[in-house]
Amino acid sequence: MTSLPLLDVQDLKTSFSVRRAGRTLRVPAVDGVSLTLAAGEVLGIVGESGCGKTTVGRSVMRLAKADSGKVLFAGQDVLHAEGADLNQMRIDIRMVFQDPFASLNPRRTIGHSIGEAGDINGAFDSSLERAEKIAASLTAVGLDPSFANRFPHELSGGQRQRVGIARAVLPVPKIVIADEPVSALDVSVQAQVLNLLMDLREDLNLSMIFISHDIGVIGFVSDRVAVMYMGRIVESDDTKALLAAPAHPYTKALMEAIPVVGADRRILPSTQVSEPPSQFQRASGCAYAPRCPLATAECRETAPLLRPLGATGRLVACHNI
Amino acid sequence: MLSVENLTVSVGPFDLVSDVSFSIGRGEILGLVGESGSGKSMTSLAVMGLLPRPGPSIRSGRVLLDGADVTPLEPWQRVEHGHVPMAMIFQEPMTSLNPVRRIGDQIIEAVQVREKLSVAQARVRARELLEQVRIPDAALQLSAFPHQLSGGMRQRVMIAVALACRPQVLIADEPTTALDVTVQFQILGLLRRLCDELHMAMLFITHDMGVIAQLADRLAVMYAGRVVETASVGAVFDAPSHPYSRALMDCMPMHSMGKRRLATIGGQAPRPGTLPKGCAFAPRCSNLRDTCHHIPPPRLLVAPGHEALCAYPLVTEGVT
Repeated sequence: MTSLPLLDVQDLKTSFSVRRAGRTLRVPAVDGVSLTLAAGEVLGIVGESGCGKTTVGRSVMRLAKADSGKVLFAGQDVLHAEGADLNQMRIDIRMVFQDPFASLNPRRTIGHSIGEAGDINGAFDSSLERAEKIAASLTAVGLDPSFANRFPHELSGGQRQRVGIARAVLPVPKIVIADEPVSALDVSVQAQVLNLLMDLREDLNLSMIFISHDIGVIGFVSDRVAVMYMGRIVESDDTKALLAAPAHPYTKALMEAIPVVGADRRILPSTQVSEPPSQFQRASGCAYAPRCPLATAECRETAPLLRPLGATGRLVACHNI
Repeated sequence: MLSVENLTVSVGPFDLVSDVSFSIGRGEILGLVGESGSGKSMTSLAVMGLLPRPGPSIRSGRVLLDGADVTPLEPWQRVEHGHVPMAMIFQEPMTSLNPVRRIGDQIIEAVQVREKLSVAQARVRARELLEQVRIPDAALQLSAFPHQLSGGMRQRVMIAVALACRPQVLIADEPTTALDVTVQFQILGLLRRLCDELHMAMLFITHDMGVIAQLADRLAVMYAGRVVETASVGAVFDAPSHPYSRALMDCMPMHSMGKRRLATIGGQAPRPGTLPKGCAFAPRCSNLRDTCHHIPPPRLLVAPGHEALCAYPLVTEGVT
């Protein structure tokens, strides 16, 4: 791909202060992440809770303040944008949140929540146009336009998540960052919402960052995948190639944990499982070393860098591959 | 160990759970699977004697614990009468634990319900319980508050609280739905091991067919308050008989890898009170016949130990 990426994240670092036992500690939630998103592409970010995948999304949205690094949207600096530039970026890059119960204002109508971004940015010339566009966006996500006058508590989880999506695509953005949009939903509803997102992606020509802990969902929606562990990307590649032949031991462990149907995947009393390590006491070497079956003395001393594996576009951070 | 016979739970004229029967032996895990609103949680609350009041109540049927009918008894009466202990783990560990009490105190409280122990003795038992659910530094963690623990650790604490009464029947209501896949894997592994070590009968409730495939020995699929299919896990995954079971399996993303669209189940589950005259699944069924809309489906024995509530169960070639 020769053209400029639509979104270019370079060496992003974001940390949080946490108070424990009277001391204030810095937790590096995102610890040097670089990634690119091409126009029309869906990039999946997968990893466990606390690996920093949500913070990557929130840092790009400027909902969390990055310590250092660069985020370029079509060549423009996102992290230092102000005023009208920032407003335009907030139209162009939008987010669908995980919890459809917490992310809608319970005291505002659905129509108000969907129209708010357009109201702030003067996207509607008349109240008639506003009502029409809200109705059209509700129809686009498979809801009846009459939902505009309802309140969130009248809706089911799947319907609320559809509203969350309708809100993220009016006015139409360039990039949607979907942060675990289906994790709170039933399997059958999850399938409907995923199909909807993929339809919208095509109809509106969206690029997407899809954040999830479920590598099965990621495998279905994304073109490329980045696997995160403890604030860093440990492996990335084209989705098909990565799922067909995961190289990093952590990616393999993630794939083994997916509940799938098959006799060889039964959990037995003897099945071995390991715990994620503490956020506070990081090993000096590879963060995955304490859980890794391949860990050597080198792994415990030096952290591996993300490097190309062969000529296929695969990047891996592991000493043993 | 636990058997439920023709249980019907209703609110006013509406049946939320109708005519549900199943039984679970020692060391066995029965998976109860279905969508939100299918009545699976209501079934478990009825079995525990924890139905909210005022609200739904058991209209007919029996709950037998080790042969004894406990249906009319309050939870505290079950303790008083010395019935076999049973316990339940809930979906949200954060909302089921008391946020302003240390976890040690919460476990001690649960220990002292059935056993007359001093606080010091109960504390020793509480530490053992934390070790049993594989919480590292158990002695230290007794003084932690729930918010200081991760989601997976909180769910382990909930399991420790549930084990405090030395239960022989454990009901787990979506215990891993709020957790990551890797943490879910750890908790499922723990439950499987505990079930074997302590010879517990376990009822595991979930909407995820994949979890059932990994963990359960047998499963019961619920739809609109009825059990529509029961069989061993292997039998259902090899050859589901009810079109609803098949549809639930098909909408898992792993099954559609590389395809353009995920299979979905069209329409919505009916609400109580709007149940159609014939089969409740008919409006969404892929294997629909004319009679399905009018005649309630029969419960057919498709193979030994494999039942389906369907007039036209799916047939897989090579299976008799």
